Amino acid sequence: MAGTPNTPQPAMGGGGSGPNLLRTRSPRAIGEGAIRVSLFVAAAISVITTTLIVLSLLRETVAFFGDVGATEFLFGTKWTPQLAGDQQSFGMLPVLVGTLYITGIAMLVAVPLGLLAAIYLAEYAPERVRKIVKPILEVLAGVPTIVFGFFALTFITPELLRPLLGPEVQQSNQLAAGLLVGLLVLPTVASVAEDAMTAVPYSLREGAFGMGASRLIVSLRVVFPAALSGIIAALVLGASRAIGETLVILLAGGSGQLLPQVVTSPTDASGSMAAFIASTATGDAPTGSIEFETIFAVGFTLFVICLVLNLLSIRLVGKYRQVYE
Amino acid sequence: MTGAQIAAKAATQTTVISRRSKKDTRRESGFALIMWGALAIICLSIAVLLTTIVVDGLPRFSMDLFTNQPSKVNPATSGIQSAILGTLYLMAITAALVIPVGIATAIYLEEYADSTKWFNRFIELNIQNLASVPSVVYGLLGLAFIVRGPLDLGPTLMAGGITLTLLVLPVVIIVAREAIRAVPPSIRDGALALGATKWQTIWKQVLPGSISGIATGVILALSRAIGETAPLIVIGAAVSPRFNPDGLGSAFTAMPVQIFAYSKDADTQFLELASATILVLMGLLLLMNSIAIYLRNRFEQKW
Repeated sequence: MAGTPNTPQPAMGGGGSGPNLLRTRSPRAIGEGAIRVSLFVAAAISVITTTLIVLSLLRETVAFFGDVGATEFLFGTKWTPQLAGDQQSFGMLPVLVGTLYITGIAMLVAVPLGLLAAIYLAEYAPERVRKIVKPILEVLAGVPTIVFGFFALTFITPELLRPLLGPEVQQSNQLAAGLLVGLLVLPTVASVAEDAMTAVPYSLREGAFGMGASRLIVSLRVVFPAALSGIIAALVLGASRAIGETLVILLAGGSGQLLPQVVTSPTDASGSMAAFIASTATGDAPTGSIEFETIFAVGFTLFVICLVLNLLSIRLVGKYRQVYE
Repeated sequence: MTGAQIAAKAATQTTVISRRSKKDTRRESGFALIMWGALAIICLSIAVLLTTIVVDGLPRFSMDLFTNQPSKVNPATSGIQSAILGTLYLMAITAALVIPVGIATAIYLEEYADSTKWFNRFIELNIQNLASVPSVVYGLLGLAFIVRGPLDLGPTLMAGGITLTLLVLPVVIIVAREAIRAVPPSIRDGALALGATKWQTIWKQVLPGSISGIATGVILALSRAIGETAPLIVIGAAVSPRFNPDGLGSAFTAMPVQIFAYSKDADTQFLELASATILVLMGLLLLMNSIAIYLRNRFEQKW
């Protein structure tokens, strides 16, 4: 048979190349080659998507920096891109600080709760309890983010924060948004950290137990440090999700459209880069206007931050795997 | 740190601790208490979240929701018919696009790609990265390239469907790859030894063997797409349209967009309407997840 299927095909995605190996091209071999090419084309779609994302963001960002200086954008402390004339200012710092502020509150919630849940699931939980706790975390991960935002807006702020902290809590405030973003990224942190700890070889635990270590010592002094890079990857991934989260902040934390100075109080409204994009790009900003370009400049900044965090977490997970596999 | 170092460190730790075993047990139970406290907080938050939504939304939950169109002035009789239909259309478009592309990519990466070649490694890294791009950025891509620019579709169902497809494509690819990888090589070797071509092996053996995992991935992706709000807002989904979408080129709204529009209204009647819409959305999600669990149990292949 000329077209023996497991003859190694010489070129990737090149059904037409490599005639030396297949002496005659049977219809079957041509069909196989065509299938291979079409599968490659499908796989290329994801690369094209990335390229288009970068292109669309870069095109408008370059145009934006034609009008606004990079120093003003990155270090300016007055963010009023919607205002007209002299009032208009493009200092992104207040939005950036708002994003990091809310992410910070979110991590204060997600890190302790997520890691404790992960340690419990990986080291302590009996099978029966695991079967209940895991699905609860999965339910939490499956709830659409707009539901978290709605809950922050209609319950956390009026029923919890105002009675506790007084009436000066604004309807949109960084605290409510941060708390709910924290709850939102908690399942991500917990499940990635749990995977990292479960992957620690059992012999390490046996060694420590054999020397009389308690379960607490084994969990915190053996398994936790051994899984550290995976756990850090979990935190980085959680932070990256929190930074890109839109709807919770848009509903409960502020739109980020008008920030004349950096917001420092947790009970005041600020906003985030993602919230600014979603509140400003409602489909009717004309192409080519400075308003339209601003959206993409902020989007590009957001994309770069998330890309860096994600590459970092992939690296950390990879480094961790090399040690034990 | 290597395993030996960690074990050695732990050993020194324990010799100290074992002499004070009383303190040790106290610490042990203290830590257990902290962990249970954390789990209690998590369970309590999710319980409060779900009950508030059910309690707020249930009184407003009626047939009106399904038979009436959204209204910005009349919350009492307002429904969400166009939003429900919009969401169903979007899911159909997304499924139709993401299933072939996602599975084809997964097959290419698992069965054909030589992972020592740089561009195959690049495709893999790229997919991992795409999975963590914020959804609002996909909205910007949709706005710049699909709604305007080269494709110029306008803010239509088709534009929304393509945007959501690109957004959830990495999810389908990642889960489908795992399902395909779980099919043991001996199955492939057997088929090839009997004279099947590579594609016949994949089509007749590998895909049927991984179908339950792939289906789970597709449903997982769709249940993420169904709740996505930000990209649809950015590409310019209509707010409270009083007409149903009538084709791929039609303006549209979707349930999450409608929830967003209602929650921003100061009138509390609209907030109840938003809660009721969330109930419908969560009901649909529950249905999709039940199907996923059923498929997993019914078709799962044990090797």
